Amino acid sequence: MTNIIRDIVWPIASGMGITLKRLKERKVTVFYPEEKRPTFPRTRWRHVLTRYDNGLERCIGCSLCAGACPAKCIYIDSAENTDEERYSPGERYAVRYEINMLRCIFCGYCQDACPTGAIVLRDDFELSDYNREDFLYTKEMLLEPMPISFGK
Amino acid sequence: MPRRIETIAYHDSATPPIGDIQHGGGVLMGAIDDLVREARVGSLWPLTFGLACCAIEMMSTVAAKFDISRFGMEAFRATPRQADVMIVAGRVSKKMGPVLRQIYDQMPEPKWVISMGACASSGGVYNNYAIIQGVDQIVPVDVYVPGCPPSPDALLYGLIKLQTKIRGKRLGGLIELTPRTLEQADDQHH
Repeated sequence: MTNIIRDIVWPIASGMGITLKRLKERKVTVFYPEEKRPTFPRTRWRHVLTRYDNGLERCIGCSLCAGACPAKCIYIDSAENTDEERYSPGERYAVRYEINMLRCIFCGYCQDACPTGAIVLRDDFELSDYNREDFLYTKEMLLEPMPISFGK
Repeated sequence: MPRRIETIAYHDSATPPIGDIQHGGGVLMGAIDDLVREARVGSLWPLTFGLACCAIEMMSTVAAKFDISRFGMEAFRATPRQADVMIVAGRVSKKMGPVLRQIYDQMPEPKWVISMGACASSGGVYNNYAIIQGVDQIVPVDVYVPGCPPSPDALLYGLIKLQTKIRGKRLGGLIELTPRTLEQADDQHH
């Protein structure tokens, strides 16, 4: 009889005791699709091509980010700005700015290399998709929308 | 399946007796269809196929903070015979390729593949002779999850995308006819 208590009842009771003790502790689970955990200021996820306050693009098409990229996932085609068609305040602008998101390792070297702070990595991590072709992010997808003050 | 029962209850002569044709055939088969699909979505058992650092993030997806068991996926299986979804986490070398393909072939139908991280999806920074440039060269990939490595919430987002994909798929719709095949079938018909 004492053997039953010592070998069976007591181990189960002490084990359940630990479970009961843990029940009143703080819950750590983040209920992801409903709530997101707070991101840190230097989180590196989806790229954004930023604009100046007057709506002009910051990117000057210098290809320094493409040179700094260890995965070689950035392609840039640049052209000269004219007075009629002005995209950026400098001499040149990027006609095509493409990032292969599947190649990208989100290291942030492009952000460090950029002389005008045009490309920044923000905190949008929901990038999964079904087709390989959809991961070639073009300039239109990367450019941030026009500032609200623009056109007033 | 309350939705289906409703179809019977409000049946009139304007509704075809076999039920909702646009949404997958008859009333009974539709109910079974929904049931099987929900069972598949709610109990996706992943196969442990961790190859590199992405596997660490895959493990922390299972841990308490992100808790993959909220989606019914906590049963990671070491044998392909009991797994539904293969999460390829990490770079696949040329020598690992045949192993990956064999393990994929050993999984029972229906099966899905998630390509997790830059290396599995495209080779990432390892653009060299030793690494397969994208795991979709050897197995069909359903969802790509970019990132290096993807954080657990990014992987969870990919898994939710996979669940959405399975929900949209009907029973018996496993063979997808491409437009070209349809044209050929049309030619034979005339």
